[in-house]
Amino acid sequence: MALTPRQRARVSRGIQYAIALVVVAVVAFTADWGAIGRAFFDVEVAASLFPDVIVVALKNTVVFTALGFLLALGIGLLVALMRLSSVRVYRAVAFLYVEVFRGLPALLVVLSIGVGIPLAFGTLLDHTLSITLALGIVGGAYIAETIRAGIQAVPPGQVEAARSLGMSPTRTMVFIVLPQAFRTVLPPLTNELILLTKDSSLAFLLGTTLAQQELSQFGRAALNQVRSLTPLLVVGLCYLVITIPLSYLARRLERKYGSADKKVDA
Amino acid sequence: MSERASEPSAPSVAVRIEGLHKSFGSTEVLKGIDLEVQRGEVLCIIGASGSGKSTLLRCVNLLETPSAGTVVVDGHEMTDPDCDLDRARRSIGMVFQGFNLFSHLTVLENLTIAQRRVLGRDRAAAEEIARENLAKVGLAGREDAHPAQLSGGQQQRVAIARSLSMQPDVMLFDEPTSALDPELVGDVLDVMRTLAAEGMTMLVVTHEIQFAREVADRVLFIDAGVIHEMGPPEQVIGDPRQERTRAFLSRVLHAAKPPESDTAPAG
Repeated sequence: MALTPRQRARVSRGIQYAIALVVVAVVAFTADWGAIGRAFFDVEVAASLFPDVIVVALKNTVVFTALGFLLALGIGLLVALMRLSSVRVYRAVAFLYVEVFRGLPALLVVLSIGVGIPLAFGTLLDHTLSITLALGIVGGAYIAETIRAGIQAVPPGQVEAARSLGMSPTRTMVFIVLPQAFRTVLPPLTNELILLTKDSSLAFLLGTTLAQQELSQFGRAALNQVRSLTPLLVVGLCYLVITIPLSYLARRLERKYGSADKKVDA
Repeated sequence: MSERASEPSAPSVAVRIEGLHKSFGSTEVLKGIDLEVQRGEVLCIIGASGSGKSTLLRCVNLLETPSAGTVVVDGHEMTDPDCDLDRARRSIGMVFQGFNLFSHLTVLENLTIAQRRVLGRDRAAAEEIARENLAKVGLAGREDAHPAQLSGGQQQRVAIARSLSMQPDVMLFDEPTSALDPELVGDVLDVMRTLAAEGMTMLVVTHEIQFAREVADRVLFIDAGVIHEMGPPEQVIGDPRQERTRAFLSRVLHAAKPPESDTAPAG
């Protein structure tokens, strides 16, 4: 007997639901919920984490990420322009930078900055400066490629129009190309910011004092002091408190600026 | 205060082209073009796709760099390596087949950005000139629209107004109506007629034979990178001397009533 495409789709979806249901049921019945609850939802332990988890850990994560991202944006823009430059040396340097720092684990870069710079220059860098530098260098490599793609996505006719109005290459880039490019790359840039938020946890490699702890390190330290996994839950929620509004903001901005072509009369 | 006013002897030749060659790789697109366009003249350039007519126009403001030859516009020797092209281009307007309005800016901003960033006019002065030109192309009131909200014909008229806002001495039109729906062509051609009547020097690459016949002072027929015929429209279009010109015109004129760019076979 032959099923129509619609019937076949219905049967197929029924099977998918059934499988999902079985998986959920197995997990639900085999897991020890009491143990999970005791491990992760200890209210007393959670309360003991405040206010430090906010005023120290969350604050540090936000500060490291924000500073790192700003630096990464600057480096990314510069390197993207260098990659598109007509000067061969600039192109080569930019290419090398991107390939190296996109290819290395962020952990290596953070360590190299934290240990290498004091060794090389004989001075100890400020903790925040070190982590900012490391995050900026790592993020910059990704952002450079993102911005380059955005610049190249601007139709060549836009540049021709600007140049034939007498705009110099620099003015054309600043007033015509970059504003359009940044609209295109807004979603991937948000993505980059969220990745950087998580990479900021690598600050644990450099920081030792209590005041320098960001979320992940704070969570790990708390784990050693209490017999509960609750700090993981609290810290995890803190990360989401940062990243979910970012995603929301990005969607708003994208709708506002994202595609100038699809704008309609309000 | 326009620059030409300060020059004591404004040359009567607006555009002078000598021995112009242009190759893309091993393909020679322009094979020695000599041409003079007088101030206030309207020159229409006709020819099949791939004949080199757009390349010729783009060599005038050096959007394409000629392989050899001299291009002088308004006394600026564009082909001189020391020429300040950005300065020279201020007085050469260009209108593209694809409009190329700045998609992130409003109509008004499209018209003011170069005035402000290139000519250094303040916002109020730039906007006043912009509004005048917008009115001139029949789009007063659309200042705050974004390009994507406009029809193709409106976008092209904004593009013309954008060029006019720089108060150019020469206007280049590169198939300005080829990307438009047939019913929108008329408005754009009307604006161009007005400009011509006001004495603007215009070089127009076009498939609109009727427009060329009616508005052009001279018509240039180019084929395979060589000027084959140049003269008043009654002669080049009405009574072509060359077999190639006749063949081209009959292909274009016997195509669909509103002539379209793609109907002319390449080569």
